[in-house]
Amino acid sequence: MATTRYPTEQLKCWKKAKELREQYYQNYARAKENGGLRWSGSAATMDAIPAGLGRDVFSLTGEPYGAAISIDRKLNKVCQDAAESAGYARDLCAYMRSYWGSLMLDKYAFGGTFPRPDFNFQIQICCSHAKWYQVAGKIENTPTFFVDLSVGPHKYLTEDRVMYVANQGLEGIEWLEKTTGRKYDDELFIEAVKNEMRATSTWAKICELNQARPAPLDEKSMYSLYVLAALSKSSKWCADFYEEVYEEVKDRVARGIAAVGNERCRLMSDTQPPWPFLKIFRYLEEFGAVSIGSLYTFGLMGVWETTPEGRWVPRRLPWEIGVPMNTREEAMKAYADWTLDKPEFQQFYEPMVKTDMMMAIVKQWGVDGAMLHLNRGCEGLSMSIMENKLDLAKAGVPVMTYEGNMGDEKEFDEVRTQSRVDAFMEQLGLKRQAA
Amino acid sequence: MSGLFDQFKTWYENRHDYARDWKARKGGTVVATMCTYVPEEILMAAGMLPVRVLGAHEPQNVTEPHIFGMYCPFSRDSLAQGLLGRFDYAEGVTLSHSCIQYRQTFNSWKLHVPTVKWDYYLPMPNQVQSKFAKTLHRAEVAKFRTFIEGVVGKTVSDDALRGAVEIINENRRLLRQLFDYRKETNPRVTGTEALYASLTSQFVDKEEHNAELRRVLAEVEKRDNSREEGIRFMTIGSENDDLAFMAMVESVGATIVIDDQCSGTRYFWNEARIQDDVIATIADRYCERPACPTKDYPTHTRYEHVLKLAKDYNARGAIFLQQKFCDPHEGDYPDLKAHLEANDIPTLFLEFDMTNPIGPFRIRVEAFMETLREDELF
Repeated sequence: MATTRYPTEQLKCWKKAKELREQYYQNYARAKENGGLRWSGSAATMDAIPAGLGRDVFSLTGEPYGAAISIDRKLNKVCQDAAESAGYARDLCAYMRSYWGSLMLDKYAFGGTFPRPDFNFQIQICCSHAKWYQVAGKIENTPTFFVDLSVGPHKYLTEDRVMYVANQGLEGIEWLEKTTGRKYDDELFIEAVKNEMRATSTWAKICELNQARPAPLDEKSMYSLYVLAALSKSSKWCADFYEEVYEEVKDRVARGIAAVGNERCRLMSDTQPPWPFLKIFRYLEEFGAVSIGSLYTFGLMGVWETTPEGRWVPRRLPWEIGVPMNTREEAMKAYADWTLDKPEFQQFYEPMVKTDMMMAIVKQWGVDGAMLHLNRGCEGLSMSIMENKLDLAKAGVPVMTYEGNMGDEKEFDEVRTQSRVDAFMEQLGLKRQAA
Repeated sequence: MSGLFDQFKTWYENRHDYARDWKARKGGTVVATMCTYVPEEILMAAGMLPVRVLGAHEPQNVTEPHIFGMYCPFSRDSLAQGLLGRFDYAEGVTLSHSCIQYRQTFNSWKLHVPTVKWDYYLPMPNQVQSKFAKTLHRAEVAKFRTFIEGVVGKTVSDDALRGAVEIINENRRLLRQLFDYRKETNPRVTGTEALYASLTSQFVDKEEHNAELRRVLAEVEKRDNSREEGIRFMTIGSENDDLAFMAMVESVGATIVIDDQCSGTRYFWNEARIQDDVIATIADRYCERPACPTKDYPTHTRYEHVLKLAKDYNARGAIFLQQKFCDPHEGDYPDLKAHLEANDIPTLFLEFDMTNPIGPFRIRVEAFMETLREDELF
């Protein structure tokens, strides 16, 4: 038997997380039944803006949808084949190809035909993701609005840059009114911005709790929780649910409840995992290794700040530090600033910024080694990953890499990856424990 | 290729020697520029020589530790040139915001090319069609000017900027005049020759380049039109300086008459519109130029632009020179192909890597030409 060092318990919030996710996809599909609106955009888009159109407006975020398709091997194959046969290269973003294919084949991953959005509302941060909705808009004949975030890293943010983004957001409101024929509600918008800030800051607080030993959460489980923000970060249900999760995880820390009972070694990963092969995380557990998270899991949705002492901590909520958010314009400016501060956006500009954040995770979360996924499915989050690898190694952090694809199983070799894990575990002095 | 274009060819083949020689002659600073959205006017007005980083099309083994293998060959080849010390004369490196892949190249350059003393990343809107884009870009170009003033330790005056605009605009104008000869039946300028001219303008001192363009334009007028044009092609893609490929195509009974590439027309197509505000003059030009797919939002402006080029230059077919892993171009390809074909411009798709297989490409080009001739027969 593998030596159990800590007590474990199932997460109480697990069932609710699954239900919320299921409900999200159903709400989107059934929006029309009660005269509601549907829209699509990426997980990181500024979704509080469409929220001002009403409480019956439902989104479909592209990346989680692509990931959902990827775990249905048959559907994923036909969707990606459809995109490829339409002429799209197979090295393009795997989520994007699956999404396009789902649209082209008119198949919704959650049953029935693809519920076409009334509009797309997208940001420009990643070359592929901008192209994603430009192409989708043409396939669907759906109006598409983009907010361009090409203003450089947040640490160099200037008034000109933040206003470029905020002004586009304000223009987006006018566009939404014109496109949908609905009157925009500023109060709903401000509420949604606050929800998003609350959700993304609370997610960071949940991740922060994983600094405890034993880790109360393992990364494989975190994926099922963080995804709710990737679906609907500006919704009240998401922000409220994260507050429940926070209380539960805090309680687990207080009681010494572990995610992995035989925790001996703490790892972090990087970029999206190969979704159909999450069992690789279970394989780690056979060695007593727990992946406590990653910049991806902490920072795709979590928003953080660095204290004067250099600690990486959940970002404070603007209204708690006196930032005015009473008007559409004030809220949009604060929202633009918050959006541009997403950790995962910083790596689009400078590898050094990403290395600094990764090193903060190593130090604050007590990481013994890093397992970096060279993700052929996502050029955006793979940007500078090799530089990060060099930096981590230089700092004395043991690093392994494995090549794969978050959403195209053709590019993942499970046996080879296990062999690399075996070698890495040996390097870390860990032996596989008898089951 | 006749001797008329020999100077351009010599510059291209000895571009690093040229830059070193320029530095010795002028005593100025050479700046490695990445992507063709860098406002060269600022550098030129400061007495600097902007030199666009290009690849070498040779196998290399230096980039793997720094850049993921699924990044485009141009980004990897450009990084290799820096790591191999080929640009050791360049003290600065600068990039204007464009695609992710080249941004990685820029970052790895600034981290690992030891001769780089300073670097500058210039944020630039990707959504140049936005009504807010020009305001931001003007502010960013102004900041770049201030930064460069700090590097050279002196003011870069408005007059110097106006002078640079004038010279660079002349270069753009002369290149278009040269390219206009390609509209002719049996054009007096081949695609290979035109590419030598447009590529070298990206790293040769613009005044010297203008002088050579003026000389060539005066001579080309006297050329006869005896070279059989064969099939007239357009090329489409990102960067292409594979001159061996161009020469191969033009050796098998074809002429490349126009392009939509950043090594060609996208670099020089539009002049800066002169305004009272010289910074706006410079900044607006880059927002208004023919768009790279990275900057063509929300509306695709390039589809009509590419088609117009094909029609204006009477291209019989178009060859996509697709850099492997270049997502922005890969994203546009199916629609652009359909747009061209719907307008009677058949297309051929070739995937370019760091080194290209000329033999197999020749077979594919010849097969494409055969299909085009069949259309004429039947």
